[in-house]
Amino acid sequence: MGFLDHFLKAPSWGVHPADHKRPAADAPLRIFPSPARVFMPLHQHVGGVARPIVLVGQKVRKGELIAEAQGNISAPIHAPLSGTIAAVGEVTAPHPSGLPFKAITIDSDGRNLWADVEPLADPFSVAPEEIARRSAQAGVVGLGGATFPSAVKFALGKRLKVETLIVNGGECEPYLSSDDRIMRDFADQVVDGARLVMHAIGAKDALVGIEDNKPEAIAAMRVAAAPYPEVKICPVPARYPMGSDKQLIQTLTGKEVPSDARAAEVGVLVHNVSTCAAVHKAIRLGQPLVERIVTLNGGAIAAPGNIYAPLGTMIGELLAFVGMKEAPSRLILGGPMMGTPLLHDRIPIVKGASGILAFNAAEAFVPEAGPCIRCGNCSKACPMGLLPLEMAARIRIGDLEGAAAFALSDCISCGCCAYVCPSHIPLVQYFSHAKGELTAAERSRLRTDATKRLAEAKAARIERENREKAEAAARRKAEREAAKAAAAQPGSAASAAVEKTEGASA
Amino acid sequence: MSHAYGMPVAAPHTTTTNSPGRIMLLVMMALAPATLYGFWLYGWPAFYLWLITIMAAMFGEAFCLRWQNRQAWAVLLDGSAVLTGWLLAVSLPPWAPWWIGVFGGLFATMLGKQAFGGLGQNLFNPAMVARVALLISFPVQMTAWMGPVPIFSPGAPGSFEGLLIILRGMPSGLDGLTSATLLGYAKTELSRGVDLFQSTPHMPVLSFFGNRPGSLGETAAWLILAGGAAMMALRIITWHIPLSMLAGITIPAAIMHAIDPGRYLDIGPHLLSGGAMLGAFFIATDYVTSPNAPRGQLIFGFGCGLLTYIIRTWAGYPEGVAFAVLLMNSMTPILDTYFKPRIYGRDSRGRPLQTAN
Repeated sequence: MGFLDHFLKAPSWGVHPADHKRPAADAPLRIFPSPARVFMPLHQHVGGVARPIVLVGQKVRKGELIAEAQGNISAPIHAPLSGTIAAVGEVTAPHPSGLPFKAITIDSDGRNLWADVEPLADPFSVAPEEIARRSAQAGVVGLGGATFPSAVKFALGKRLKVETLIVNGGECEPYLSSDDRIMRDFADQVVDGARLVMHAIGAKDALVGIEDNKPEAIAAMRVAAAPYPEVKICPVPARYPMGSDKQLIQTLTGKEVPSDARAAEVGVLVHNVSTCAAVHKAIRLGQPLVERIVTLNGGAIAAPGNIYAPLGTMIGELLAFVGMKEAPSRLILGGPMMGTPLLHDRIPIVKGASGILAFNAAEAFVPEAGPCIRCGNCSKACPMGLLPLEMAARIRIGDLEGAAAFALSDCISCGCCAYVCPSHIPLVQYFSHAKGELTAAERSRLRTDATKRLAEAKAARIERENREKAEAAARRKAEREAAKAAAAQPGSAASAAVEKTEGASA
Repeated sequence: MSHAYGMPVAAPHTTTTNSPGRIMLLVMMALAPATLYGFWLYGWPAFYLWLITIMAAMFGEAFCLRWQNRQAWAVLLDGSAVLTGWLLAVSLPPWAPWWIGVFGGLFATMLGKQAFGGLGQNLFNPAMVARVALLISFPVQMTAWMGPVPIFSPGAPGSFEGLLIILRGMPSGLDGLTSATLLGYAKTELSRGVDLFQSTPHMPVLSFFGNRPGSLGETAAWLILAGGAAMMALRIITWHIPLSMLAGITIPAAIMHAIDPGRYLDIGPHLLSGGAMLGAFFIATDYVTSPNAPRGQLIFGFGCGLLTYIIRTWAGYPEGVAFAVLLMNSMTPILDTYFKPRIYGRDSRGRPLQTAN
C-alpha cells in the first residue's frame, strides 16, 4: 500500500517545492583549480570574530592558523592555500547589506603546500574532550548553514548526556546537493566523522536522516555504515524543511524540542553530514576546515554541479569556472527557501556556503503581492504550527506585540508560508522585520531598565550618603555638645566647687 | 565578473504557482455542474438571472474600486466578484425578476465586501449578506419557487421568452408553476396545526438528483457533493467545515425526529431540501469568513448546522442556512482567538513542553 503509506506517514507540515537538484547532483564532483588569491573573512561562524595573528608579507602554508578564536563561542581561521599574506583588511560581506568586513587576503604561491599536520592515530582511545579540542582547533563549525562552533555543541552534548546523535543528511533545500555529493563520494568519511562525534559527546547511537529523494546517497551511506551497527541510516520523506533540526528530530525520534529548550535537553544532538566529514578530516588527517563542497546551480549556469573549492574563493571565479548561459537575474547564497540574495559576485565563499544559485529571469520572477484571502495554506504548511496569516495581519498594522502573542519567536524563518501563499505575500520579510524590531525594543528596554536601575541605585546611594552625612553631622554635633557639656561640666563643677569653697570661705 | 544584481529581496526565492484567481476558478468549476443542472432544470430565466447577478456584482466591485482610484480590471480578474455573484445567484429563486439580481449583486460586493476594505477584509459572507437583505426586503419575490420545467420540455420558456420573464416578471399563465419548497410547506402546515403525518403525502417530492422546487443551484445534492469532493481532492477546502455542518443538522434532526416524528422533519428533508448541501460545501467554507484552524472550523461548521436546524424548526423562516452562516461568521474572530493549532514544542495552551531532565 504505497499510496496509503504516503498518505499516513507523510508529515502534515511543510511544502514540497520542485527540487531542481538534478542534474547538478548527478554531475561528478569537480575540483576547483587553486585560485590566485583568496579572501578569508574573520567572521565565518556564530560567535566572536577571530583575531588575526599574521602580518602582511608573512608566508603561510595551507592549513596554517591565520586568525585565532576569540571568546568562548568562536572559531579559528586557517589559510586555505599556501602563499603570502597580501592584506588584512576589509572586503564585502556575503550579506544583502553589502557592508565591508575584515578579512585576510592571501596570494597563492601556486604550490598548495600543506602545513605540518598531526593526525590522531587512534581517536577512540583518547578522552572525548580531546576530540572536541582538536575540532575546535581545526575551526570546525556547523556546515548545514548555522555555522555554530561544533566543539561548543560537543561540550553541551557531553554535559547533558545526549544518547542519540542525529546526523542531518536531509538537505531539504531545493537546488542544493553538496550534502548529497559528500554522502555519495565520501560516505566513509561521513560515517567515521559521525562515530567520532558520538565518541566526543558520549552518544550510544547515531541516526542518519536522509531524504528519500537521494537514493544514491542512501545506498552509499548504507555500505559505509554496514560495519557499524550503531550508525543507522534512516531514509525520511522528502519534505521541506526536513533538514531543520526540530523537524528531523521529530521525524526520527518522535520527540519534540520544547520551545524554550535546546535539542540536547531531550537527549539528541544534530550535526550535519558535512560537519561530520570535517570532524573526520580534523581528527584523522589533522586538516583544519579550509575547503568545502559548494553547489553551483540555477538556470543561468551552463554546467551546474558541485565544486570542491578552497574557502575564500571569490564567487565570481566559481561562476566563471562553471560557465554562465546568461547574466544571472539573481544571485543567492544558500538555497532558494532560506538563502541570502547577494548584490554582486565579488564576495568570497565561507564555511557555511553550501551553494551559490544563479537564477535566470524566469526563476527570479517575483509575482506581485496581493491581499490575504485567509485561505490558511500558510498555517497548514507551517512546520511549527504557527498562524502566519494572523501574525502578518498584526505586523501590517504595526501591532508587533500582538504578533509576538502568536509565538512569533518560535518562527524558524523556513519560508514555507511565503512559498505556499497564493497572494505571494512576503511573510518571512514581515516576520524578520518584526523580530528585528522586537529584539531592538527588548534591547532598548533592557538598557532603559539598566539605566533606571543605575539611576535608582545612584539616587539611593546619594540619599544614603546624605542620611549618613546628616547622621554623622548629628552625631558629631551631639558629640560636640557632649564634649562641650563635658567640658562645661568640670568647669561648672569647679566653679560650683569654687562657689562652694567661696561660700565656705565666706 | 563584477555585476550588480539590483535590490535585495527576501527569501524564499521561489514561490507557488497558486493564486487567488486559480482558487476562485477552481471553486467556480466545482460549482459549474450544479449550476448547469439548475439552468437545465429551470430553463432560460435561471440563466439570465445568473448572468445579471454576476454582472451586477462585478459592476459593484468595479465601481467601488474606481471610486478608490484603483485599477479595477486587475482586481476583477482575481474572480472573487464573479464568484460572489455566482454564489448569490445559485441561492436565488430561479425565476426571480431582474432587479433582484441587480440589487443583490450590487449589495453583495459594495456593502458586503468593498465597504469592509475589499477582498479578505469582510467579516460576513458577501453572498449571504445580500441574500438575507433580499429576503427581508422582498419576501414575496424571494420565496416564489419554481417547480422544475426542464429547458426543452413542453411548456418551458424559450430563450427570448425566458428573458421576458426575468425582465417583466412572471406571466400570469405560469403562476401555477410556483410551489413551496418542502421545508416551507411543512412549516406552513405545522403552523396551521396539521402534523407531518397528514401533510407528508402532499409534500413536494424529495430528490437526491435535484428534481424539486428550490433555489437555482441548491437542488442537485449529488452534483454539489461531487463539486465539494473535487475541491477537497484539490485541497481547496478541507473536510472540517462541510462535514461538521452536515453533522450539526443531522444529529439534532435525528434526535428530534425520533422524539416526535409528527412535529419534526426527518434527516432526509433537512439535508436534501433547502440549501444545506450548498451551504456546507460552498458557502460556509468561504476562507475569509471562516476560522482558519481545524478545531475552530469544526465548531464553526457544527454551529452553522445547528443554527440552521434551530431556525428551520423553531424560528419564523422555513430556511436558515444564510442566517446561520452569518451568525457563525460573527463568531469567527472569537473562534480564531481561542482555538489555535498547537505549536511545536508547546502544549495546547502555548506553554513550553516540559523536559524529562
